[in-house]
Amino acid sequence: MSSDNNLEPAPSRRRILECMAAAGAGTLWLMKGGVLHAQPMAGAAAQTAADATFGFVQVSDSHIGFKHAPNMDVNATFAAALARINARALTPAFVVHTGDLTHLSRAEEFDTLAALMKGVKTPRVLFIPGEHDVIGDNGAAFFDRFGEKQNAGGWYSFDYGGAHFVALINVLNLRANGLGFLGAEQLAWLKKDLAGRSAETPIVVLGHMPLWPLYAPWGWGTEDSGEAMTCLKRFGSVTVLNGHIHQIQQKVEGTVTFYTARSTAYPQPAPGDGPGPGPLKDLGTRQLQSYLGIRDVRHVQGQDAVSVAEEMLS
Amino acid sequence: MSARALDRPHAVTRRQLMRGALASAVLAAFVPRTHAQHVMTLPQGKPTSMVAAADARDVTVEIRGFAFVPQQLSVTVGTRVSWINRDDEAHLVASSEGAFKASAALDTDDRFELVFDKPGTYPYFCGIHPQMRGTVVVK
Repeated sequence: MSSDNNLEPAPSRRRILECMAAAGAGTLWLMKGGVLHAQPMAGAAAQTAADATFGFVQVSDSHIGFKHAPNMDVNATFAAALARINARALTPAFVVHTGDLTHLSRAEEFDTLAALMKGVKTPRVLFIPGEHDVIGDNGAAFFDRFGEKQNAGGWYSFDYGGAHFVALINVLNLRANGLGFLGAEQLAWLKKDLAGRSAETPIVVLGHMPLWPLYAPWGWGTEDSGEAMTCLKRFGSVTVLNGHIHQIQQKVEGTVTFYTARSTAYPQPAPGDGPGPGPLKDLGTRQLQSYLGIRDVRHVQGQDAVSVAEEMLS
Repeated sequence: MSARALDRPHAVTRRQLMRGALASAVLAAFVPRTHAQHVMTLPQGKPTSMVAAADARDVTVEIRGFAFVPQQLSVTVGTRVSWINRDDEAHLVASSEGAFKASAALDTDDRFELVFDKPGTYPYFCGIHPQMRGTVVVK
């Protein structure tokens, strides 16, 4: 290889990250001093994790049952994402799936997802539904099988490592031309759940659809997310994690940081790019590139290793 | 041309269509308060029938590019409207006003049919992508 390869500009690295999104990756979240830090699964070195209070992994949008371009085998890419989790030296405290487990809410799709999920090495797995998981029964099958059953509406909260986690449901009772929806009952519960907690408590909110107005023409937002944010803004560190849009977008609003996650199944276009948020299937070539790109990923991992080595030298 | 159409592997027979129509008529008789009758959701690949195409009372709405095409549809009472999903993403057809039971999830090439036997305006949307909307006007 020519020395030019060692001087590849940033866009190439970005393209490889896109390819990793297509190939299916999870995100490792490390809690450090009450602030969550994102770490891509591929590059996460044990050294980085050493000073973390704890870590967990978010996977999203596995769409089990999807059988079209650019991914004819979503089971394999989901399994690959889980294998990356298992390959890590540190076991995540838990793995959370932020929705669209399945493509069509079919029993056999839930079966497959549950069977695959059994292979992940972690003490706990948590789920929230996407709109693809609640078709035809308002999520009855999902909640029966994957719900935490704290509340009739499916939402739940828990504490871990000094942080407070809140899992919200925003994919039910959707209205024509509407966005994601939390509803008065859930918002009342949220208010009560957060009341009395110290403003120093790090809060992590889990949802499926974006909890900020990301791109309304494609339904990428939640109608009443503003009311939820009103309850959250007094806290010093709030991290909001969601899936749904199959790509990484980030926004900071005061002490609240919003992140969307990649899918393990297929990427979707950037907001407004094309007629709708369907799978990027003209990835035909690009996906081929991403298969070739897995080699590139290894190559880039090599580059990352170099940078890690530099850190070690310093 | 017509001979080629007859050779289509999934074409529905006239008898099957009649059976479907009869079933919906029976259903209508027993559910008088429902304005539009859900006929059936057919598995993918099933029929684009030349019989249907020849009958003015059967109309197809395509779901493609995250839109219902045509978005506005005007039909006469008794028309059977078929939605067929041409996207690689799943969609469904849900009444905005609860006038009919929502379709099941429609995967690529899946169909959903309704017979509209009462006049009215029937706005609907995709329950998975609520920004997708359409209207059937029955006269």
